[in-house]
Amino acid sequence: MSTSNGANPDPHPDTASVSLPHDRERIDALQAALMEAVERAGYPKPSRFAIKLAFEEALMNAFHHGHEGLGDDLEVRVEYEVHPEVVVIRVEDQGPGFNPDKVPDPTLDENLALPSGRGIMLMRAYMTEVAHNATGNRVELKYIRPED
Amino acid sequence: MAADSRLRVKSIEGVTQVEFIDRNILDEANIQAIGDEISVLIEEADVPNLLLSFSNVDHLSSAALGALITINNKVKAKGGALRLANIDPQIYEVFMITRLNKLFEIHETTDDALKAFA
Repeated sequence: MSTSNGANPDPHPDTASVSLPHDRERIDALQAALMEAVERAGYPKPSRFAIKLAFEEALMNAFHHGHEGLGDDLEVRVEYEVHPEVVVIRVEDQGPGFNPDKVPDPTLDENLALPSGRGIMLMRAYMTEVAHNATGNRVELKYIRPED
Repeated sequence: MAADSRLRVKSIEGVTQVEFIDRNILDEANIQAIGDEISVLIEEADVPNLLLSFSNVDHLSSAALGALITINNKVKAKGGALRLANIDPQIYEVFMITRLNKLFEIHETTDDALKAFA
């Protein structure tokens, strides 16, 4: 079954929905499962690079910025769906949220030497869509398979 | 160098060449360890001339870019020079998107970078 809008609602997508602690082994295991699903679905290497990078940035934003000052015990909710034509990743932290439009542009000359602030721009550069909820503690990444 | 070093380091004619062993430079503990190791190299040199080779690296995150910026700042504070080389085209694209190709001196090969130190 497929549709003509490029977002194929595969009836049996590879999915996961987990609550992740700030534990690198658990993060790596989920990332590996996601990347295996993406590879199984036949996404090419540049797509896999993009998805792995955006997944990493979304998770690190959640743990480091979302939970900043709240202790290291809070978990982050992660869901993904890997369809043949689209990959959707949702990451939700338990923090108060933020306004992604208020993050300074890291590509301005005066900000180039700042060591942080590039995660959101990389997600936006590599994903088809990056949407935050109104609170700013949940991000949905959508990657639509590019045409050959 | 510690037994669990994540770097291969050699010094030739005043240039410290550092090759990353990891294919993924993503997570904070890994990045912290790499940053700490390189900081020691910078502190040990009178004038640090540092060449970082990315030949083994397939993925890096914005946190890794941040660590590179911190390394660059430390090298410059001691009047040294930092050059990067052997960057995979996909990773070079990350440098272009973030415009960090303007901040760092990037060469295609380590030989090219070494010549630039001469």
